Amino acid sequence: MGSLLVWVVWVGAAFACLGSGVAVISFTNPFYSALALIGNLGSLAVLYLLASAEFLAAAQVLVYAGAVMVMFLFVIAYLGDAAGVPFGGGPSWVAVGAIVASAAILVEVVVAIGLKAGNSLSNEADVEAAFGSPGEIGRLFLTDHLLAFEITSIVLLIAAVGGVILGTQTRSERELDAQEPTA
Amino acid sequence: MTPLTPLAALSGPDVAWYLIVAAILFSIGTLGVLVRRSPLIVLLSLEIMLNAANLALISFARLHGGHDGQIFALAVMAVAASEVVVGLGLIVAIARKRLDLDVDRLRVLRG
Repeated sequence: MGSLLVWVVWVGAAFACLGSGVAVISFTNPFYSALALIGNLGSLAVLYLLASAEFLAAAQVLVYAGAVMVMFLFVIAYLGDAAGVPFGGGPSWVAVGAIVASAAILVEVVVAIGLKAGNSLSNEADVEAAFGSPGEIGRLFLTDHLLAFEITSIVLLIAAVGGVILGTQTRSERELDAQEPTA
Repeated sequence: MTPLTPLAALSGPDVAWYLIVAAILFSIGTLGVLVRRSPLIVLLSLEIMLNAANLALISFARLHGGHDGQIFALAVMAVAASEVVVGLGLIVAIARKRLDLDVDRLRVLRG
């Protein structure tokens, strides 16, 4: 019974994930695309949970579906009409080539993983109930992976500084704003 | 009151199914990056690709029963957040210069 329920939830989350992924790249309005991405991230969090990554599922909802997507929506709202760009570009062979290229990546990944690990993918290791819990992840971050943890914080700090620098108005932009006060 | 069954004990799909979903999601993201012209949608498609990689990392962590994949996925999340900050900063800066928000027309790197 529990197994059937897991399968039903898994299939639902997987289809929601793929469907909202297609929706993200097919909406013309970036606002709807961002909303579809929130659905995508939410259903991915369900998949993480089923793969016993509890802490990551929570972090996914908090960091991505919460903070990052709110930032996206703010920027889309700030840009207003400027955000609306025609759907695709270039001649139609570019679109056909893109579809062929992404299908080729899909085939390559599936074939490579199938050849390398095809037989061993069904024998999962036995894990205890605490696998993927915040306690375990936190203990590893402060012991085995301390360097990665510290480097991650430095990367985030640099990104924050970069964001501030990119957001600062330069003199030429102030002159541009003075010429067109409507913006 | 019976204790809750730990999630890990419930038998769900094989890791192979997770990897198939991750591969399809990654190619959807690739298609978005290649086809769309709006830099905002390109950034959103990049997020899809990063998340597909995260899903693969997490399912391999489950396969091997080690936490390293999950730790790596958290690092990827932090990198993705940084990338969004810088990418959105660039988009706002481009918009303030009154340039078209169209990746086909943004050819010159000079400010």
